[in-house]
Amino acid sequence: MALRKTLESICIPIAAILFGLLLFGLFCSFVGANPFAVYASIWKAAFGSWNTFQNTLIRAAPLMLSSLCTLLPARLGLVIIGNEGALVMGGLAAVSMGLALGTAVPSFWVQSFMALAGMGAGGIWIAIVGALRHYRAVNETISSLLLNYIAIAILNHLVGGPMRDPNSLNKPSTAPLAEINMLGDIPGTRVHWGLVYGLIACVIAYFLIQRTTFGFSTRAAGGNMRAARLAGLPVGKLTLTICFLAGSCAGLAGMVEIAAVQGAANESLNVGYGYGGILVAFAARQNPLAAILVSLLVGGILASGGILQRSHGLPDATVLVFEGIIFLVVLYSDSLYGRLPFFKEKPDRLPPAPQPAIPTSVTAQGS
Amino acid sequence: MSSPAESALGWWGVLLAILAGTMRGGTPFLFVSLGECLTEKSGKINLGLEGTLLMGAMSAYAISYLTGSPWLGVLVAGISGLALGAIHGWLSQQPRVNDVAVGIAMIIFGSGLAFFFGKPFIKPTAPQLPTIDLAGWSQNPAVEAALKISPLFILGALLAPFLHWFFSSTRWGLYIRAVGDSPAAARAMGISPFKVRMLSVMAGSFLAGIGGASLSLYYPGVWTERISSGQGLMAVALVIFARWNPLQCLLASLLFGGAQALGPALQSVGIKEGYYLFNAAPYILTLVIMILTCSPQRTLTGAPGALGQEDA
Repeated sequence: MALRKTLESICIPIAAILFGLLLFGLFCSFVGANPFAVYASIWKAAFGSWNTFQNTLIRAAPLMLSSLCTLLPARLGLVIIGNEGALVMGGLAAVSMGLALGTAVPSFWVQSFMALAGMGAGGIWIAIVGALRHYRAVNETISSLLLNYIAIAILNHLVGGPMRDPNSLNKPSTAPLAEINMLGDIPGTRVHWGLVYGLIACVIAYFLIQRTTFGFSTRAAGGNMRAARLAGLPVGKLTLTICFLAGSCAGLAGMVEIAAVQGAANESLNVGYGYGGILVAFAARQNPLAAILVSLLVGGILASGGILQRSHGLPDATVLVFEGIIFLVVLYSDSLYGRLPFFKEKPDRLPPAPQPAIPTSVTAQGS
Repeated sequence: MSSPAESALGWWGVLLAILAGTMRGGTPFLFVSLGECLTEKSGKINLGLEGTLLMGAMSAYAISYLTGSPWLGVLVAGISGLALGAIHGWLSQQPRVNDVAVGIAMIIFGSGLAFFFGKPFIKPTAPQLPTIDLAGWSQNPAVEAALKISPLFILGALLAPFLHWFFSSTRWGLYIRAVGDSPAAARAMGISPFKVRMLSVMAGSFLAGIGGASLSLYYPGVWTERISSGQGLMAVALVIFARWNPLQCLLASLLFGGAQALGPALQSVGIKEGYYLFNAAPYILTLVIMILTCSPQRTLTGAPGALGQEDA
C-alpha cells in the first residue's frame, strides 16, 4: 500500500514547520529574546485555551475563503494573485447592498443579499482575469496583481469621496451597517459565522475538484491544456467558471470582514488577508482541506502578535518575520517530496528516465 | 507635496510639479525595474522585490543615521538586497517550488525584517543624499526645488543604457539571455543555468535595494512603514510594459513616476476629485497596454522564452 507515501505527506509538512520554528527561535535569540518563552507565548496565544483559540479561528476564517481564490485556478494551471482585489470589491459590494437595503427588509435577507453581492462582485473581478487570459492571452498573474491596485484605488476613492460618512473624521469610512444586519457570533462563542462560511466553502471546493466531472475536467485541463483542448473540453468555459468561483470566495471573505468585523468599509479592508491567502493556497499544495489546517496555523501566528508585543517587548512586525520564515520553509519542503530515500515505495526500483525539456513559451500558446 | 509657491505658478506649476515628480518618483521605479529586468532576462520572476525595496529603504536610512554617511547607507541597502536575493534565487530554483509563491513569502519576510529592525529609526532624521542643483539661474523657489536632481537618478539613467549594452554586446549578457530563453541550450553551451540565475537574481535584488535607498534618502526622504506603495510589485508589470528592454525601462519608470505625480500636482491647484483614481493611472495604463498588445496567437515580443518555467 501507499503507506510510505502517506507518511511522507504527513512528516514533511510537520518537519518543515518544526524547522521553521527552529529558525525563528534562532532569530529570537539573535535579537535577545528567549526563544522558548516566545514559543510558549505563541502556543498560549494561538492554541493554548478555548478562549484564545477563538482569536485564531476569527483570523482563520477569511484566510480559508481568500485562499480558495488562488487554489481553484491553480488546479487549472493558472497562478492568480488577485485575492486582495476580489476581497476589496466583494466588501464594497456587500456594504453598498447592506446600506441600500437598510432596515427595510428582515436582516436575514439583508445578510443573504450582502453575501450574494460580495460573491458576485469578487467573482466578476476575477472572471475578468480569466477572460483576459482566455481571449487575449494576458498573463493572469500580472493582470490580477494590477487589478488589486485598481480595486484598492476604487476603495480609497469611494470611501474618501462619494461614499464617505461625514462623521468618520480620522479614518474615512462608509456609513456603518445597521447593528441588526451584522453577522452574529456562533452561539456560545466569540467566533462569527464567517468561520462556517469558510469551512463550508473549503469542503465544497474539495468535492467539486475531486468528486465531480467538472472537477475532473479542470484537473485534466490543468495537467495539459493543449491535450484538454484536443479532447474537446470547453477550456474557455472552464476558465471563466473557475475564475468566477475563485473570485466569489474572496468576495465572500470581504463580505465577512465587513459584516462581521469592520461594520463599514474603510482602508482596513485590505489588511493582508489577500496575500496571506495566496501563501495558504501554496502551502496547502492546492488542496482545499489542507487549506483549512494551514489557515488555522496562520491564524494562530497572526493571533499571537499582541502577546509578543506585550510580554516580550518585540515589535509587532515579529509576526511578519515568523510568518515569512514558516512560509519559506514550507515552500522549500515541497521540493523534498520524492527525494528522501526513506519514503520511497520500492527502494530497488529504477529511477524514472529524465524528462526531456520541452521548450514552450510562458505567456501564450498554452491557454 | 504641494507648496504655496507651486500654486502661485498656476498651471505652469502643475507641469513643473509633474516634471519634478517624474524624476523623484521615477528613481525607485527605475532601479527596481532594472533589477527585475535583469532577473527576468535570466528566466526567473522576483515578486519579492517589494520586500527588498523596504529592506533597502530601512537599512539605508538606519546606516545613514548611525554613521552619518548616506552613501554608505546606499551601499548597505544594496547588500541587504543582495542577501534577500540570494534566498530567493536559491529557493525559487528548487524543484516544484513556484517563483510567485516564493516572491510573496519574500515580501512578507523582507517587510517583516524591515519593520522589525526599522522600528527605532522611524522618529530620528537621517542625513540625506546630496542633490545636484540645476536651477541656479532661477529665483523662484518652486523651480529650484523642482530641479534638484539626485545623483541616484543620474546613476540609474546611466545604468539603463549600460545594461542594454551589457545584454546585447557582452559575453555575460549572452549567457543570461541564453539561460532565460532555453536553459537546456545554455547547459549544452556549458553554462550552468543555476549559477547564472542565482547571480542575476542577486544582482537584480542589489539594484532593488538601491531603489529602496532612493526612497528613504532622497524622495520622500523619510523612513516609514508605508514608504513603498507597491513599487516593488509594480516592477514586474513595468518590465512587461517595457518589453524586457532596459532603455524602455527608463522611459517606463519616468512615465510611472510622472503618473504618480499627477494626483498631488493637480491637488495643489485645487483639483481634489479623483485623487486616488489618478494614483491608479499607471496600473490601468499597464493593463490596457497588455490587453492591446497580447494576443492568443503569439507570445509577447521580447519575452524570455523560459520565463517563469521550472527548469526541467
